[in-house]
Amino acid sequence: MEERRYRSAAGAPIALRCRQHSASCRELAVRCPRLQLRSLSAVTSAVWLAAYGLFVLSENSVVLSAAIFITLIGLIVYLHFVKIDQESLLVIGSLGIQVTSSYASGKESTTFIEIGQVKDVVINEAIHMQKVIYYLCILLQDPGDPQGVSEVVPLFQSSKPRLDCLIEVYKSCQEILEQRKTAPQSS
Amino acid sequence: MVLKVFFPSCCSVAESGILIGRWIPEQNSAVVLAVVHFPFIPVQVKQYLSEVQQVTKVSVAVLGSWSNSKQEKEESLSEFLEDLGTIFSHEPWIQISKEGDSKFWSCSTLQKRSSNPKEEEIILVYYDQRKVMLSHLHPPLDTATSADHRADDASKLSAIFDTVAKSKMLFMTDRYDDGPIKLTHWQSDGIEASIIVELMKQASVPACMLLAFLLSLISGVCRSRVLKFWPLSFLWSKLSTCEQLGHRLQHLQVISSGKKAQTQTQLMRKANIFVSLLIDVTLGILLMSWLYRKNRIGHLADTLIPMADHVAEELQDLLQWLMGAPAGLKMNRALDQVLGRFFLYHIHLWISYIHLMSPFIEMILWYVGLSACLGLTVALCILSDIIALLTFHIYCFYVYGARLYCLKIYGLSSLWRLFRGKKWNVLRQRVDSCSYDLDQLFIGTLLFTILLFLLPTTALYYLVFTLLRLLVVIVQGLIHLLVDLIDSLPLYSIILRLCRSYRLAAGVKFRVLEQRDGKPLRLLMQINPLSYGSVVQTYRLPTYSCYPRDSWTSLCKKLFLGELIYPWKHKGEKQD
Repeated sequence: MEERRYRSAAGAPIALRCRQHSASCRELAVRCPRLQLRSLSAVTSAVWLAAYGLFVLSENSVVLSAAIFITLIGLIVYLHFVKIDQESLLVIGSLGIQVTSSYASGKESTTFIEIGQVKDVVINEAIHMQKVIYYLCILLQDPGDPQGVSEVVPLFQSSKPRLDCLIEVYKSCQEILEQRKTAPQSS
Repeated sequence: MVLKVFFPSCCSVAESGILIGRWIPEQNSAVVLAVVHFPFIPVQVKQYLSEVQQVTKVSVAVLGSWSNSKQEKEESLSEFLEDLGTIFSHEPWIQISKEGDSKFWSCSTLQKRSSNPKEEEIILVYYDQRKVMLSHLHPPLDTATSADHRADDASKLSAIFDTVAKSKMLFMTDRYDDGPIKLTHWQSDGIEASIIVELMKQASVPACMLLAFLLSLISGVCRSRVLKFWPLSFLWSKLSTCEQLGHRLQHLQVISSGKKAQTQTQLMRKANIFVSLLIDVTLGILLMSWLYRKNRIGHLADTLIPMADHVAEELQDLLQWLMGAPAGLKMNRALDQVLGRFFLYHIHLWISYIHLMSPFIEMILWYVGLSACLGLTVALCILSDIIALLTFHIYCFYVYGARLYCLKIYGLSSLWRLFRGKKWNVLRQRVDSCSYDLDQLFIGTLLFTILLFLLPTTALYYLVFTLLRLLVVIVQGLIHLLVDLIDSLPLYSIILRLCRSYRLAAGVKFRVLEQRDGKPLRLLMQINPLSYGSVVQTYRLPTYSCYPRDSWTSLCKKLFLGELIYPWKHKGEKQD
């Protein structure tokens, strides 16, 4: 189990942790940049200054308590629904691929894709504003058409690692996915 | 290929024995359902398995052996277990052994008929038997709609869920039963308050029959010929209260039907309808108790007449304003006066009728308020109908103004064509050129000019009354939205997702447990519950209205041309 540092597409530091549980099971976890204390205090002071300005104008203390309430609720909603702490990929050859996002409040949202549905794992390019960014995605098999792709599931959308990190993850996944092609069928 | 063994977590502490379950060859996986303990007679075991197979339609077989020894492994025991493989011939024969309290078990397979004796990797997946048995796997919504689903394309997980769910009969044997075969599997520890549940089940059958009888009486009365005469049937179709009552009657019929629900969707629908009705009636009774306390009905009746008067006065002021020079625009005096006086007379009539009814208002409200006990939705529909009745004059004005404006616009467009020397060909549905006589042209041009210069006046009246009508329609629409929300929200499913989230499964998730080299990979399979959004989308109850009827562009077009708009459509109505 080793941890290597990389950079995200925006330049923030991220860390990749790779664990091999067995010959056909690997877990790759990307840790996103943490919540900065600077930005948190900047937003809070901006909201409270605006509320104090309103209070001075309107002489109504409800504004102040409303501002505190809004800040608290906003922080809880942000931590529980928006801020992703870690995104991980668990590849179990012959069972499937599991994608987990864990939020800052501890909530985890998981999706499991069975191995029969997985066609391939590839690195795609995307044009985002003025940049070209790379992202890793899982191609799902179309049940009717053996050559077709029914859906593209993008991975690591919140941490957006750069190409060097993606190549590591891609190589790990491909090693396990190749095993299912070379393994002989059961009698 | 990798061999996957699904092992129930409740059997981890079982005594040594043999494993029974289902072998799925396409996926190279074995689903263990129970452990049969020593001593047993192989013939009896085979007989029992064939009985179970007949009832549950699941191909249960002996999969392998399980040894749970407190001391070190004994050579003789392992040989004995291998010999069992010859009695119950199963390919491959799985041997799982646990030493003492160690978490790491050793797992091996015996392949007798395979050509290459290669060691294949084994993955041990623990699953919670009770949760997997009770849960219902929901396929993703897009694949659920595709009809061509071949059996071997079916997902692996649904095969496992099906196996455990269908083997429910196997799990009914109690550990304290004194039979020839002793099993270990998930045991129900007894349900609290099961006596109450049993009593309710017994009582529900006659209650359902009584309810069904009453409902058949009521629907027979409703369908009788007396109520089908023209004025009454027109009235019933226009009042939203009757629609809502009919909808609820349908729901009651669904609940009180004697047949047991066959599929999961039917069961959930029945439960959702029942909970929705219960909440509705509870809220209605609460509302009723609030209304009838402190004589609130009396206060309401007292404020109703002055409010209607106030609305009428405001309308009169509005008409006086229109008859003058509204917003600085100069109207055609004669037409203005005619239209203004016409509408003022209507308002005068309306006020007289309201004052005629005023002594009876309180009594009518009192009795109508009693029907709130049928449910909050019925009370809201009655409110919407009262608003519609009280603003009936606005509706009439809107219809007059719209018809006048519509006539004017059609006249103008036809005369404009005459002005340019063209004509509308009804046969060919297109504009053709036409040569008119001089007197036709003369009269046509005169009429065109008259209509054109009278357009602003009519247009202004139309605009004002359309805006008022739209205001009333928006208020009624909001009330109907609320009624629809209460009608269609699947409360039982949401509460189930909150309290027993494993019953509604979107999929599974795996957690990797502690590993040790040389031992098989250990995974824990847990149920991934559906998100609340998908719960609501899957189990929504259908309602009788559909929005929106017109798209925004067609609505604007209708408004411009002066056609009458009916924004809310009910499913039973014919298209016009």
